[in-house]
Amino acid sequence: MSDWLSPAEWQAVALSLRVAFWAALLGLPPALLVAHALARWQFPGKAVLNGLVHLPLILPPVVTGYLLLIGFGRRGPIGAVLEEWFGIVLAFRWTGAVLAAAIMAFPLTVRAIRLAIEAVDPKLEQAAATLGANRARVFATITVPLILPGILAGVILGFAKAMGEFGATITFVSNIPGQTQTLPSAIYAFLQIPGGEARALRLVGVAVAVSMAALLVSEWLARRVARRIGQDHGGRDA
Amino acid sequence: MLELQVQHQFAGFALDASVIAAEGVTALFGRSGSGKTTLVNAVAGLLRPQRGRIALGETVLFDSNRGINLPPHKRRIGYVFQDARLFPHMTVQQNLTYGQRFAPRAHGGAQQARIVDLLGIGDLLQRLPGGLSGGEKQRVALGRAILSDPRLLLMDEPLAALDDPRKAEILTYLERLRDETRVPILYVSHSVAEIARLATTVVLMNRGQVVMAGPAEQILSDPAAAPSLGLREAGAIISARLDGQDADGLSRLHTPAGPLWLPQVSAEPGAMLRLRILAQDVMLATQAPVGISALNVLPMTVAEVRTGDGPGALVQVQSGDMRLLARVTNRSAKALGLVPGQAVFAVLKAVSVARGDITGASAGAAETDP
Repeated sequence: MSDWLSPAEWQAVALSLRVAFWAALLGLPPALLVAHALARWQFPGKAVLNGLVHLPLILPPVVTGYLLLIGFGRRGPIGAVLEEWFGIVLAFRWTGAVLAAAIMAFPLTVRAIRLAIEAVDPKLEQAAATLGANRARVFATITVPLILPGILAGVILGFAKAMGEFGATITFVSNIPGQTQTLPSAIYAFLQIPGGEARALRLVGVAVAVSMAALLVSEWLARRVARRIGQDHGGRDA
Repeated sequence: MLELQVQHQFAGFALDASVIAAEGVTALFGRSGSGKTTLVNAVAGLLRPQRGRIALGETVLFDSNRGINLPPHKRRIGYVFQDARLFPHMTVQQNLTYGQRFAPRAHGGAQQARIVDLLGIGDLLQRLPGGLSGGEKQRVALGRAILSDPRLLLMDEPLAALDDPRKAEILTYLERLRDETRVPILYVSHSVAEIARLATTVVLMNRGQVVMAGPAEQILSDPAAAPSLGLREAGAIISARLDGQDADGLSRLHTPAGPLWLPQVSAEPGAMLRLRILAQDVMLATQAPVGISALNVLPMTVAEVRTGDGPGALVQVQSGDMRLLARVTNRSAKALGLVPGQAVFAVLKAVSVARGDITGASAGAAETDP
């Protein structure tokens, strides 16, 4: 295995997995909150929030990357504060790749979870409230278990999107081998040098394999969860 | 005790009602759209009325003047919905104990075992709600509401989604629940039969207003209430004591107006029974009829005659504290010259009282009244 991919290629694969893992994980709590707010709450500015969440989906990724660079660069308004107060630098680091990937994956995760929440009968949540559960407890004991398949789907979707993120990542953190060179950036880099196609193709193979594995695992998990919570796939017993 | 006084405007509909619900079952009766469910949701905190006050004992749940509006989870009011609303991802056992996590008094397993036994759901505990029948779901929903240790139980047509055999089954459990727990119940229904069996107090609603309210015996035997209940459904409820079983299959009941024979009633002698006698099953005679197949001829006194726009009249007759309602034609009422104070005989066929309209009064009452 190890001589099949060069150490540099392994680094790119490992970095991509690491970036995608953290992007999916760190993106989940805010995605849950935003999805719940969009599905269940009424508040002024809901349309604006909805638009903001979906913005990375419709903006050219390079624009998102550039906006990140402006905001989170070492001289940017947020980046400067982060560095001065917490010593955190995102631009041109792998942590920046996590931020870029998380933001690009966010709308997909929110969308999957929001649809799942909207499919939960609010009457069940009302019933839980009459039994003494406050909003947080209702969410934790009724809503979340019922939307677990949706959460899983959203996380896996976010993970896959983060694995494949290219435009925003390369704009925000560049393409530094061993530091910020993710799988897609490596493929891109190999395609720029003569005779790099074979190496690029191997990485393409890895990308396909990882994506397929993620998809299969998510399907399997969703089925297990659906069985455990006594639901048919997607449907709910009346 | 629940005291509520609520005003709420919808498009084309205004609710303005005051209701008091004490111990026992207070039935909210009315056609669909009369505001019953709105009222109950306001009590539960699922709907915020525009104006009014709702208090449960010393606790103010809602007061628009003082800006008080307790959220549902702080009201400690159990709610049994028409659709059972069991949590699909939890077993029956987990559903039953859900409210206990939040209840201020932790009930031991003894209370739960008692309720499980009372509702006959012991065999279902490890099952998921998806596999239960409608009647089973509703029994679990009842148990779940009770075990949350509520100060008041709300039931919004809990039988409406069930077929007749299941209704009869749940009614039996509801009666046990009413008699064995001391929790007041506010019960929404548009079935007179259910109310006649369960209600201690009846509140009649129409178009968002309370039309009449009072003890069940009084309201159901009041000719003025009959139009709201529906003439076919009108009928008094009476209490009677089972005296004994005759050899030919009839049961002898003791009433203030005299003995009453009904086809075999399965209860212990001495048991207090609650009977619903439909107004259309009662005939009136000014002289004791002879040569008649009807077994029950009770000497009573006319209390009220109410004639409506149609050809029918409703006559309330009484003897002691027992009241019956008879539906006769205006022509007969005139021919017999029925006026309040007049002595009459109420004639009732033994077979006309439906089995579902006879219920054993509380087990406790039967024991204390040997």
